[in-house]
Amino acid sequence: MKFDSVIIGGGLAGLVCGIKLSQQGHRCVIISSGQSALHFLSGSFDLLNRLPDGTPVDHPLTAVKELIKMEPEHPYTKLGEIRFEELVAEAEQFFSGIGIELAGSATRNHFRVTPMGTLKRTWLTLADFVTCENDIQLPWKQLTIFNPAGFLDFYPHFVADEFRKLGATCEVHEFNLPDLDILRRNPSELRSTNIARILDKPDNREHLCRILIRESSGTDAILLPACLGLDQPDTVRIIEERVGKPVYLIPTIPPSIAGIGMQQFLRNTFQKLGGVYMMGDHVMNADIENHRVKRVYSYNHGDIPFEANHFVLATGSYFSRGLTATRDRVYEPVFNLNVSYLKERQEWYTGNIFDAQAYQQFGVSTSLDFQAVTGDTLLSNLYVGGAILEGFNPIKEGSGGGVSILTALDIAGKILKDQSVWNCSI
Amino acid sequence: MELQHLTNDNFEQCIKCTICTVYCPVAAVNPDYPGPKQAGPDGERLRLKKANFYDEALKYCINCKRCEVACPSNVRIGDIIQKARIKYSRKKPSVRDFILSHTDLVGTLATPFAPVVNSMLGLKPVKRVLDLGFDIDHRRQFPRYSFQTFERWYKKEAASKQNQYNKQVSYFHGCYANYNHPQLGRDLVKVMNALGVGVQLLKKEKCCGVALISNGFLEQAKQQAQVNMRSIRESVVNKQMPVITTSSTCTFTIRDEYPHLLGIETADVREQIELATRYIYRLLREEKSALKFNNEKIKIAYHTPCHMEKLGWGYYSIQLLRMIPNVELKILPSQCCGIAGTYGFKKENYTTSQEIGITLFSRIEEEDMDYVVTDCETCKWQIEMSTSRICEHPISILAQALE
Repeated sequence: MKFDSVIIGGGLAGLVCGIKLSQQGHRCVIISSGQSALHFLSGSFDLLNRLPDGTPVDHPLTAVKELIKMEPEHPYTKLGEIRFEELVAEAEQFFSGIGIELAGSATRNHFRVTPMGTLKRTWLTLADFVTCENDIQLPWKQLTIFNPAGFLDFYPHFVADEFRKLGATCEVHEFNLPDLDILRRNPSELRSTNIARILDKPDNREHLCRILIRESSGTDAILLPACLGLDQPDTVRIIEERVGKPVYLIPTIPPSIAGIGMQQFLRNTFQKLGGVYMMGDHVMNADIENHRVKRVYSYNHGDIPFEANHFVLATGSYFSRGLTATRDRVYEPVFNLNVSYLKERQEWYTGNIFDAQAYQQFGVSTSLDFQAVTGDTLLSNLYVGGAILEGFNPIKEGSGGGVSILTALDIAGKILKDQSVWNCSI
Repeated sequence: MELQHLTNDNFEQCIKCTICTVYCPVAAVNPDYPGPKQAGPDGERLRLKKANFYDEALKYCINCKRCEVACPSNVRIGDIIQKARIKYSRKKPSVRDFILSHTDLVGTLATPFAPVVNSMLGLKPVKRVLDLGFDIDHRRQFPRYSFQTFERWYKKEAASKQNQYNKQVSYFHGCYANYNHPQLGRDLVKVMNALGVGVQLLKKEKCCGVALISNGFLEQAKQQAQVNMRSIRESVVNKQMPVITTSSTCTFTIRDEYPHLLGIETADVREQIELATRYIYRLLREEKSALKFNNEKIKIAYHTPCHMEKLGWGYYSIQLLRMIPNVELKILPSQCCGIAGTYGFKKENYTTSQEIGITLFSRIEEEDMDYVVTDCETCKWQIEMSTSRICEHPISILAQALE
């Protein structure tokens, strides 16, 4: 199978890279080993919320200068201040260009709400979710949270407590629908996607709307856990029109409906542009000649290889198995690329789970252009992007989404600059 | 890349992320099914402790393997569920299950009387009797039997002409091409001959056994698997002839379900058992062989069967169809059609089966096309029964497009 580019990894980084390349007419394949970490999406993408020393960041575009001084191996440092700013602007346009409506901008972080009700800084948030300009005062005086009774993955009373601290009156109203009782036959499965399948049925949605109308008098805005709109992305707008009040979503514990929607939307966009998406396959090994990857072989396709001019490795971190940790080492399982990690296992983590953990910063070492290295050999046509990269802590910095999106766009740009053309037949 | 871990089905790799349940076609429509996470790794943890934690609701699993395709941790969720059914289910298969799963026996009995059997199975009173007496749903349309099997046609019309070709393959036709739709086998012979490849039958072929496995006839399935593996080894090892197939489910069953569920090893010949479309793709790519096509216009939409999704081979069928000069090809979003072999024939599953497929059916009705194209015979039955379209195999479409 011949392509211009083979992308290994079908999550946020792989898809963004694949879409940008396909938009320019490149023939791409994405090989994805199962569904991605997008299924855990909060509804927002972070760019930079805190510097590594813990200082909160309100203005990522200026704060990145400080970050670059502190973290020499950080993906943002490899991009540099100017390229970082260009890519941020490109990313904001990229999403609106493919039809994803996001609020926010890198000139100033805004705040999102967690499933526990705390406010966190972020860069871009999906249109239906609650956002706030600051973490001192909410823009509403009176709020009501409506929650399906028995939903396991959302804690409305915690959320209400947090909102009260921010000066709002917040009530919690638990509701039930006859169809939700059917789900209770397996109460351990009372989760966001199963509830969404019930609430998305037009009759049930109408029933829910009548409850919202009846129970929301005096409320400025209605808040719902993000457990609806699995197959219909404009569900919140439909409810708003019916109820006549602003309706916002608060993220739940995964699986994330917004994330599932994002994954499917990006995949569909990629496929509509002519991209080939292979789900549930694993790259097993590669032929490397003259410091270049010539072809890769997968589990499903056996002796029929994937050949391309360029290869992108965006297989994610530990969860997606882009990185594997054993008792004594951390390695990258597809190409055995150089991984930077601390040799002494005791140094991998600290006792306090809430502290920054060293293992979160381990990852694949690359050149300044994100080219892969194995031993002493630079693989000039293998680029590495997204969560698998070394030198950043996505959780403590709040930089996971930004690193995936910006490195993916940067790598796609580098591939597009390389003018060598490949003759793709079948 | 390391795919093997502590257990064969990677049970211990499950991190309870629930992504499998999101993509389970049954859990989406039937709340009585607890979903693959609960039925698979979660339940297994309990069953390992005590067998009576086994839940008979596992019978609702259709073994589509979409949970495995979605799993980010490479857990063989579908295998865990199927193995648990085999090991723990106390429910004895019924007469109905026997009739539905013994496809060789029923096919052999039906084909000599095909015209009578076909018209009988179309009659309302007969369907009522099957429904009331055997729990085979009266709304289900039955596949038609052919008056002459593929094997008989082959021996009479094709066998003597095959030796003129330098390259030879064996064809595992499966029950469907043999008893129900010999035209598919004839199309396969036509396409392979056009590529300069001769087609031989296996020394002895039995039903792959997929329906026997899902209906609990394990011993019978093992016996048939052993007969098939002997014939396949004779072809691949002794005669250096690869085995090609036209059914995605037979292919998947022989390659992967034999070792995973029946404990019958296939590793030595696994790479030599493949769908004809993959064989042809490789041939065209490696040897610059070519097919000469006519210029007739054709509008088709490809449907990816579940086991094709698991094999990952839809690409080959799609790429071959794209070679037809005047083709307009659409790819339908990959989803289960709902029939899952014998599952959809059973009265207790009929509603679930149709609800699973409903978005696919409406999508098919919306698109303008001459044919739906798919590599699975039971998807064909389901789509033809549930929509106004005719469904054909990619090999038949290729045969029809040949000059």
